[in-house]
Amino acid sequence: MKRKTALYGLLVALAFIFSYIEVLVPIPVGIPGIKLGLANGVTLTALYLLRPADALAVSVLRILLAGLTFGSPMTMLYSLCGGLLSFAVMWLCRRSDRFSVVGVSIAGGVSHNIGQLALAAVVLATPAVAWYAPVLLVTGTVTGALIGLVCRLLLPRLEKLR
Amino acid sequence: MKTGRKKGDIWLVTAVLAVALCLFLLLWLLPGDGAAVEVTVDGAVYATLPLDTPTTLDIPGKNGCVGTLVIADGRATVTHATCPDRLCVRMGPVSRAGQSIVCLPGRIVVTVVGGTPAVDGEV
Ligand SMILES: [Zn+2]
Repeated sequence: MKRKTALYGLLVALAFIFSYIEVLVPIPVGIPGIKLGLANGVTLTALYLLRPADALAVSVLRILLAGLTFGSPMTMLYSLCGGLLSFAVMWLCRRSDRFSVVGVSIAGGVSHNIGQLALAAVVLATPAVAWYAPVLLVTGTVTGALIGLVCRLLLPRLEKLR
Repeated sequence: MKTGRKKGDIWLVTAVLAVALCLFLLLWLLPGDGAAVEVTVDGAVYATLPLDTPTTLDIPGKNGCVGTLVIADGRATVTHATCPDRLCVRMGPVSRAGQSIVCLPGRIVVTVVGGTPAVDGEV
């Protein structure tokens, strides 16, 4: 139990750091509030190490914490939209057992960006933001792949903590 | 890594990139030069300006944000803005049908319309 609590803390702390980096590195898209999905890596790790409900708790907690610290209610809404969609997609992909960690991560990265774009379309009441979809699909794939590769290295080590 | 999973990964990446490529062709390359820009504030149309007539327009957005839209050389640019992030200014000029400039704090959207059929259409 103690170890599990430590693992939770570690994951939330990691996610927090990633969220901070996301604020520093803007995505090359003209829609304010849209961010790289680096913190997705933590949701991904949590999905492989914890029960789905706990992984969901970790990702929601990090969005709330990061939102309160670095963001505004608006950016928090973007994170929530992207974060929850990518959680759902990654969970389903993991359960299907058809993809490796890297594949699950790519699915998460892409859906994270689609979630944010969908919210932008709703907030701005225009479908014109679809214009950015190709950029977001590609950046989602690239960040997803990078995060997935890092997670593949980290997971065996973290599993020992469990 | 199990080969079945690796196969799944490759399928996934291929599918995503294929969709991205299609959208890119559809939204970026096919549309020709637009005929006008439509300016909306908080979802409501504020003005529609032809791209072939050089003008300057101050757009009063939400939250006290005012964006200055300049039309010149068939392109529309937000040159000044009083919004906190000024991302709308950094987005540069737009001219192709379907392109847009977005100011989130001011809820201002400038969309290029007309010309060869705009992909987004009326929704
Ligand atoms: Zn602005």
